[in-house]
Amino acid sequence: MEGRQEAGKESKPSSVSVDLQGDSSLQVEISDAVSERDKVKFTVQTKMEFSVVRQHEEFIWLHDAYVENEEYAGLIIPPAPPRPDFEASREKLQKLGEGDSSITREEFAKMKQELEAEYLAIFKKTVAMHEVFLQRLAAHPTLRRDHNFFVFLEYGQDLSVRGKNRKELLGGFLRNIVKSADEALITSMSGLKEVDDFFEHERTFLLEYHTRIRDACLRADRVMHSHKCLADDFIPLSAALNSLGTQEVNQLKTSFLKLAELFERLRKLEGRVASDEDLKLSDMLRYYMRDSQAAKDLLYRRLRALADYENANKALDKARTRNREVRTAESHQQQCCQRFERLSDSAKQELMDFKSRRVSSFRKNLIELAELELKHAKASTLLLRNTLVALKGEP
Amino acid sequence: MSAPVIFDRSREEIEEEANGDVFDIEIGVSDPEKVGDGMNAYMAYRVTTKTSLSMFSKSEFSVKRRFSDFLGLHSKLASKYLHVGYIVPPAPEKSIVGMTKVKVGKEDSSSTEFVEKRRAALERYLQRTVKHPTLLQDPDLRQFLESSELPRAVNTQALSGAGILRMVNKAADAVNKMTIKMNESDAWFEEKQQQFENLDQQLRKLHASVEALVCHRKELSANTAAFAKSAAMLGNSEDHTALSRALSQLAEVEEKIDQLHQEQAFADFYMFSELLSDYIRLIAAVKGVFDHRMKCWQKWEDAQLTLLKKRETEAKMMVANKPDKIQQAKNEIREWEAKVQQGERDFEQISKTIRKEVGRFEKERVKDFKTVIIKYLESLVQTQQQLIKYWEAFLPEAKAIA
Repeated sequence: MEGRQEAGKESKPSSVSVDLQGDSSLQVEISDAVSERDKVKFTVQTKMEFSVVRQHEEFIWLHDAYVENEEYAGLIIPPAPPRPDFEASREKLQKLGEGDSSITREEFAKMKQELEAEYLAIFKKTVAMHEVFLQRLAAHPTLRRDHNFFVFLEYGQDLSVRGKNRKELLGGFLRNIVKSADEALITSMSGLKEVDDFFEHERTFLLEYHTRIRDACLRADRVMHSHKCLADDFIPLSAALNSLGTQEVNQLKTSFLKLAELFERLRKLEGRVASDEDLKLSDMLRYYMRDSQAAKDLLYRRLRALADYENANKALDKARTRNREVRTAESHQQQCCQRFERLSDSAKQELMDFKSRRVSSFRKNLIELAELELKHAKASTLLLRNTLVALKGEP
Repeated sequence: MSAPVIFDRSREEIEEEANGDVFDIEIGVSDPEKVGDGMNAYMAYRVTTKTSLSMFSKSEFSVKRRFSDFLGLHSKLASKYLHVGYIVPPAPEKSIVGMTKVKVGKEDSSSTEFVEKRRAALERYLQRTVKHPTLLQDPDLRQFLESSELPRAVNTQALSGAGILRMVNKAADAVNKMTIKMNESDAWFEEKQQQFENLDQQLRKLHASVEALVCHRKELSANTAAFAKSAAMLGNSEDHTALSRALSQLAEVEEKIDQLHQEQAFADFYMFSELLSDYIRLIAAVKGVFDHRMKCWQKWEDAQLTLLKKRETEAKMMVANKPDKIQQAKNEIREWEAKVQQGERDFEQISKTIRKEVGRFEKERVKDFKTVIIKYLESLVQTQQQLIKYWEAFLPEAKAIA
């Protein structure tokens, strides 16, 4: 199924407010996107008039390049955008196409419309996620200067980043296992004492926060899904009321027909409630789930640096007692110390930025959520009241 | 758990507008109480009558009745009035599974729900029955409402709602198998039968979609409750004070909204869904009455045919000159002439009764639906207004995040 998205104001993500620091001349946006059978092509446009076409795998390549770069070990790497996934939506459209002869033509048309709107919503979201990723990079004073970033933004040709083959996938999987094992080991190593209260607090906080926000996100998804099911129920309901009204010969005729119309309008409102909850709540929670994971990764890297520092100290002591290779041990210990301190300093700043980002984003989204819920509830009330007046006024 | 007062629809004054009579009688079914233990246990319901009608000795009185008593009442009324064309309201469905759970003593929400569903259904059943001017005069009905002791109803198998449906289907099959097509002299009956057939189909479709709505609203309620808990947990974790407080408030709002969804699902079911299923069973009773008319016609027709045969026999005997056989034939002719006359009278009577009954039924149906639709929409308005209240209270909390 083809889908096109002309970007502009509407594709600007509302789930992250990005604070541009210092030189704000780097502006990146996804100006166009096309969904083809098995991939999505994003048109990435930079203010300096570069325009390239990129696919999801190339975004992942860029993300991984940042993660693997030692220079950025002390920074929170913006989370990679999720893979575009239209599978569920496509399946539903297909099932609808296969036909259920018991539904009327109007019902079919409405259901098709709903599914197409769903598809479009998923499409818009994936564009927004990819755009936010780039915009955070562009806003970060250090990350924006990365060479790979410029290549990504400017190099006209395909980056030839093939999808990960099996070996690489397996490698990635194993790397994650090793990382968690490492993390567990490090934090329980008796010798490793966290000297900084700030980081001790952050570690406890982030571990718990990440688990809970993931939970909240999953459950928010389920609420949204239920709302959508409810809205969809109004389609056969309205159709049945319509048939009843058409066939009646008495005063119930107008009652049923008015009721049918009412439920059709309520359906649209209920659908909007569902999609607003999705955007303002689910998506925001999902984003900060990923961002808090990125923050956790930063803490892990710092802990690793601390472990290296501790080990270097021990090695130096040993070298001094044996009086062998003291100079090498000294310089290694110096390096580890500097690296650790560098990471700690930048991590502190990054974590404070993370907090202020999170707070302002939650604030914005919760306010917008409440305002939209109010708007829809008021509209529903008006609709219902008008129908009641019309029905009561009947003989 | 009983119905929230705001959604209560049973305490209404019933007016018979056509005759100008005021049917001042109100029936309430309440206080379900388990009597006995194990598989012999049963639920006893309090049936309270409030009335100013002079046929009753008191203006307010109550008795205890069990489910089989209701079925017994219906069985008696049906056997007296159905076959002469009166639309006798069907009794609520029997449910082996639901009742077993209650007997075995499962004090969980599903058995409480079952009892409440049954209580409400019994109440609606009695309300409909007393609204019928002819049935209201019936001594069995009065005994049911007034007597402190009632003989145990046996053989209540036959005429539960499902029983009626079976009976109607059998009758319909029998009618279809008849090769003699009824010569319908009155197009009104054919028209009405078709109308009720269509209405039945449409109501079933609507009922199915309302059941789906109830189901999804219950799911929404459960999911909202789960989300509220996780939002509270998230608020606890959050180390920014103002945001933490706002998240806790959000959790509270979502918890209240969950309650709202539950109440709305309740209204969806008891107002809308149950009305539809009541009418689906009522229409089965209407169809039954039309089929009785057909049977009545068939009986008349058969009597006419038999009379014809008897006359032929008489003629044959006269030719064969058998005087004692001739006398016998003459007797039989007289007998069958009477039967033909009775058959015609019965048919005309049942046709007249059905016309009146259908008119009354349709009037009631319009009133019933209009009343319920309005009450249901009002419940929807109430839900939205509560939502507005909750979100308006939350908005300043969200804005207070600094």
